Amino acid sequence: MPAVRDIDVSVLRDAVSRLLVEANYTIPPDVLDALRAGFAREESPLGRRTLEQLIRNYEVAAVERLPVCQDSGVAVIFLEVGQDVHWIGGALRDAIDAGVRDGVASGYLRKSVTADPTRRLKMAGDGGPGVVHLDLVPGDSVRLTVASKGFGGENMSALRMLVPADGVPGIIDFVVDTVERAGANACPPVIVGVGIGGTFEGAALSSKRAAFRPLTIRHSRADVRDLECDLLDRVNALGIGPQGLGGRVTALAVNIELLPTHIAGLPVAVNLGCHSTRRMTIEI
Amino acid sequence: MPLHQAHDDRDLIGTPVSHITTLDCRDGIPESVWSQLCAGDAVELTARVLTLRDASAARLVNALERDQPPPVSLAGEILYAVGPSPAKPGQVIGSAGPTTTERMARYLPALFRAGVRGVIGKGELHGGDVEAFSSHGAIYFAAIGGLGALLAKQISAASVLAYDDLGPEALYALHLVAFPVVVIIDRAGRNFHEAARAQWRTKS
Repeated sequence: MPAVRDIDVSVLRDAVSRLLVEANYTIPPDVLDALRAGFAREESPLGRRTLEQLIRNYEVAAVERLPVCQDSGVAVIFLEVGQDVHWIGGALRDAIDAGVRDGVASGYLRKSVTADPTRRLKMAGDGGPGVVHLDLVPGDSVRLTVASKGFGGENMSALRMLVPADGVPGIIDFVVDTVERAGANACPPVIVGVGIGGTFEGAALSSKRAAFRPLTIRHSRADVRDLECDLLDRVNALGIGPQGLGGRVTALAVNIELLPTHIAGLPVAVNLGCHSTRRMTIEI
Repeated sequence: MPLHQAHDDRDLIGTPVSHITTLDCRDGIPESVWSQLCAGDAVELTARVLTLRDASAARLVNALERDQPPPVSLAGEILYAVGPSPAKPGQVIGSAGPTTTERMARYLPALFRAGVRGVIGKGELHGGDVEAFSSHGAIYFAAIGGLGALLAKQISAASVLAYDDLGPEALYALHLVAFPVVVIIDRAGRNFHEAARAQWRTKS
């Protein structure tokens, strides 16, 4: 029987804080590479100027240690915890939220979360809490991803309960329509996270995972990879272009995640990520 | 380095648009330049502007609808839809790129009636929202979303004028210097986002 590994929650708290700040100052290399590749193929003058400005923004933010965008968003924490890990020193959830609040304060990030969504209560925000997605996996290590989700793309995201007869053509129409309706609002070039299958909430969560999947990773199934490429071509044919100023580069990638679903259903969720997609992962 | 000096010898050679209009509003809006602005024009704007956010716009319009004086005169003003990050020591302001204008669109007619002449933000406006601009002769400018760190360098002063309790949604006065924007809705009611999409759309 494997030994249980004790980890103090303060280790997690400090890691969340550090990753939140770093993610907000430094755009992931795969996103920056995709923006540079987009710049190379963009034909519209305003689109090229916009991509150049964005790349410069990310270079300057990393060197000068500034938030790449004032919308440092909601902190979304993906935690894969080995089932042989034993947390000591306090409550796991409290430690994560303390890490989020500390990162927002120490990193000069905007307090973008309101505790009361009805806005009836006047409550000063403190940057937290985060949104936490926890998975138990074999082993005694922890994989922590801290992402910042801005609401330009989040507000334009959508979920639809398609039916089996809609099939892949229905999926294509819904994804393309969602990106088209989002237009400039989602801060294109966007990263299109698509969750297909599962349940209502399962599709939504898997579209979030897809939006934060590295752009260098394609789906393991060849036909789904082809669907990702086909959807990217269709989205880029919309002409929206960088920041909606017209052009060829409306999306940097379409990432699809599949889940088994009910024989009567075909849930599809589209979570739009802006070009400032911020995420960082470590193993503990 | 200021954004307007960015076209240097770096390997990412810029592709300057054919012309950039200089719009200096420090002594009031220059009517000769303002009246000539067309959808799609790239502009470098120097002006004192007031910030616009969901919470501050709601409060402003609530005051206007009750015939209470707003905490600051809106006559002849340009609004910038932004909720900045906190300033680090030595900074004028933290990251300060535009937010989505459409969220505040329902407040704009009342703000135009109070004298607002232009709005800077990001994202799409359609239908009645476009008409609200054109019927008041107002202009909608888009700044580049996600350009927060660079745009902060084009802001030379920032102060809170009202609604301090709203934190990042307080009503600020910001001094913009050669701030890069694009005209989206001009005084003739043309909508550049729609025109650009039609121009670059690939027929399938």
